[in-house]
Amino acid sequence: MLRHACLAAALLLPATPGPAAPGPAPHEGGVLKAALSDDPVCLDPQQAGNNSSLNVGRQITDSLTDQRPDTGEIVPWIATSWQVSADRRSFTFHLGDHATFSDGGPVDAAAVKANFEGILKLGARAILGAGYLAGLRDIRTPDSRTVTVTFDRPNAQFLQASSTMSLGLLSPATEVRSAEDRCQGRLAGSGPFVVADFQHNRAVRLARRADYAWPSSLARHPGPAWLDGITYLVIPESGVRTGSLLSGQIDADLGVTAQDETPLRAAGLPLLARANPGLVYSLFPNEADPLLREQAVRVALDKAIDRAELQAILSRFEAPATAVLARTTPLYTSHADLLAYDPAGSARLLDQAGWRTGPDGIRQRDGRRLTIRLSYWQRVPYLELVQQQARLAGIDLLLDQQTISQMTAQLESRNFQLRFANLTRADPDILRAVFSVHGRNAGNRAAAAPVDALVDDSLAEADPQRRRDLVSRAEALLIGEGHVIPLVELTTVIGTTKAVHDLSFEASSRLQFHDAWLER
Amino acid sequence: MLRREMVRRAGALAVRLAQSVAVLWAAFTVVFLILHVLPGDPVSIMLSQSEDGLSADPAQVAALRARYGLDRPLPVQYGIALYRALHLDFGQSIQTGQPVLATLRDVLPGTAALASVAFALALLVGIALAVATHHAPEGATKAALAALPALGTALPTFWVGLLLLQVFSFHWPLFPAMGNDGWRALALPAATLAIPTSARIAQIAGRTLADAAAQPFATAVAARGVGRARLMAVHLLPNVAISLVTMSGLIAGNLLAGSVVTETVFSRDGIGRLAQLAVQTKDIPVVEGVVLLAASLFVAINLAVDLLYPLLDPRIGK
Repeated sequence: MLRHACLAAALLLPATPGPAAPGPAPHEGGVLKAALSDDPVCLDPQQAGNNSSLNVGRQITDSLTDQRPDTGEIVPWIATSWQVSADRRSFTFHLGDHATFSDGGPVDAAAVKANFEGILKLGARAILGAGYLAGLRDIRTPDSRTVTVTFDRPNAQFLQASSTMSLGLLSPATEVRSAEDRCQGRLAGSGPFVVADFQHNRAVRLARRADYAWPSSLARHPGPAWLDGITYLVIPESGVRTGSLLSGQIDADLGVTAQDETPLRAAGLPLLARANPGLVYSLFPNEADPLLREQAVRVALDKAIDRAELQAILSRFEAPATAVLARTTPLYTSHADLLAYDPAGSARLLDQAGWRTGPDGIRQRDGRRLTIRLSYWQRVPYLELVQQQARLAGIDLLLDQQTISQMTAQLESRNFQLRFANLTRADPDILRAVFSVHGRNAGNRAAAAPVDALVDDSLAEADPQRRRDLVSRAEALLIGEGHVIPLVELTTVIGTTKAVHDLSFEASSRLQFHDAWLER
Repeated sequence: MLRREMVRRAGALAVRLAQSVAVLWAAFTVVFLILHVLPGDPVSIMLSQSEDGLSADPAQVAALRARYGLDRPLPVQYGIALYRALHLDFGQSIQTGQPVLATLRDVLPGTAALASVAFALALLVGIALAVATHHAPEGATKAALAALPALGTALPTFWVGLLLLQVFSFHWPLFPAMGNDGWRALALPAATLAIPTSARIAQIAGRTLADAAAQPFATAVAARGVGRARLMAVHLLPNVAISLVTMSGLIAGNLLAGSVVTETVFSRDGIGRLAQLAVQTKDIPVVEGVVLLAASLFVAINLAVDLLYPLLDPRIGK
């Protein structure tokens, strides 16, 4: 009962009435047709994958643990219980004894060990998983149902990482296949669905596993999935996805864009929305750039942004950022006060730094205009509003929309000023992974600063309250020193027909189809 | 005499074949150079698809680059790629890891079906329009018909496709909105792709009809009392056939180019969509494969046209 209520609360279901009325009961049958905007490229959830592939990968693999979307609490799945050592370096999982891979073998300690070691061997191809396992010392399997994972250093994020599809479990026979074969769908997991067919740019067909009996403890029903199968169709044009959903040619659109919400709502179709946990859409300054090394410039830009004004052009499901982390991230704390619009503060900082307002309204110093180039590849209308707001503060923001390949090249050569990005992860460790000089050092900072100590320490902190405090202080420093300029929370919006029931978001705002069913 | 003529023809054919090979080599080389001048590293792009462009460990990226041979000097990469291409080995896609030849084989039938149905439709509509325009009485009707081809080439394919979907798939569910399966899925995309092609055919056919009708032989035939229908079918339309054959390379090129947009709007798998995605992700082996396929088609059509000319038009080749 409690579980049911929590899941319902985790979803925003604005177009459907509450679950008060006794509706039809879940029943077996039917193939759900879901539209993806992009080709999944690679079906192996352990390997680098886009949103489309993670959405598919979640259905074919199980994880050691699961994460409650509402509280972020880690709960049993393949592992029925676990212990974490006091120093946060060792994690011992006790596995249940029912689960099998779709090619026959048991999901046991040896399989878990083979998976984690295999992910490290995949290296850059498993960019997410290998990051979660960085610093792995050894994996011991005292018996077939017990596995102990030990790291060189404290690694508090690992328990949450064990719930992600990036560390989803594949059969030992799959682990020895080539990375390319696995991408193509020649893989066996222990999930409620198996890959039946994958044609690039066309469709992925999943079929139900009839003997599935080990769903996550968050599932609303035991046993196999209700659906006979899921067919993911790749439909690149958002207008075509909308028209297909309205005309009943598909059952779900997994990528509803802001302009398509209106017709779907007008037709009374259910829209499900959830903010993606992790780093919100933000501006990331390159502090190796001489101009953006100057803290006054970074913070002045941050203070010049009126986030409340952005709401006017956002989707009704999106919201301006209230912290570096999205609301749906565990241990989230609001920093809305630090992100308040402060034009006077912005002007004061630039005045003190010697930037004087020039004849065209743009500030300048020593004959140099305060022009900052902002690189991005996404379609983001609100950046133009940010540009106007910056101009009022005397900052000339150049919007430079590029191709993904240009962005990648700039990122590698560190030849950019500001870039626009987000990163989904249902754990605050994303702050350390992205900003720490010992992590990916997104700001290209030259030396460690107090903020690095805070985020690095959070990896060793066992007590959630103290970890929340460390994370919150780190966020305050990141904002206060202008290492990141948060803008808007990314929200995943899903549209379905009225026949689709109990389709739910998991903790990272991807979908879980085990409980979903089609009304006949 | 006959022997000398055959030697002359064989020599001409050899020259044409050599030219064809040169065209293919040039296409291969130009694409290779353009792809390497464009910014961005294909391996980093492949890896960055996972999360939003926060870079992977440089050492691991370097190892993957080495695996694809992307760490070697450009001339060496070029030499290897050319050597392999000569042996019909285009390597594997950096994005999907699948062999390029298998990928092309998978998507080719879809585009071939789309292009041939669109071409047949376009031929029918284009020639019918040209004939109708030719016979229409001077005045508003003729002017309106004559303006249609210009309109047809000006309409954006993207917009036409969405409009057809809106009417014939979303409003009246007559045809599926997406996919490659069956003739029903082919109808709307083929119609969309046929519109600009039929306009081009109507333009070519219209001009040829007007030219031929103005020639003395047409007047002479008409003076013999041959009816309008017979004059058209027996004496004027063969001229249209010749000019269409001349332009067939161009028409095939237009159909291929149009498939990029058409396949995207109708969520069809095909050469056009593959090309677009491969260029976007700088998937060099796939782009080379697609370009060589398109260039081979172009070269083959032009070669066939050259060989067919003497059969179609006795005046040529004498």
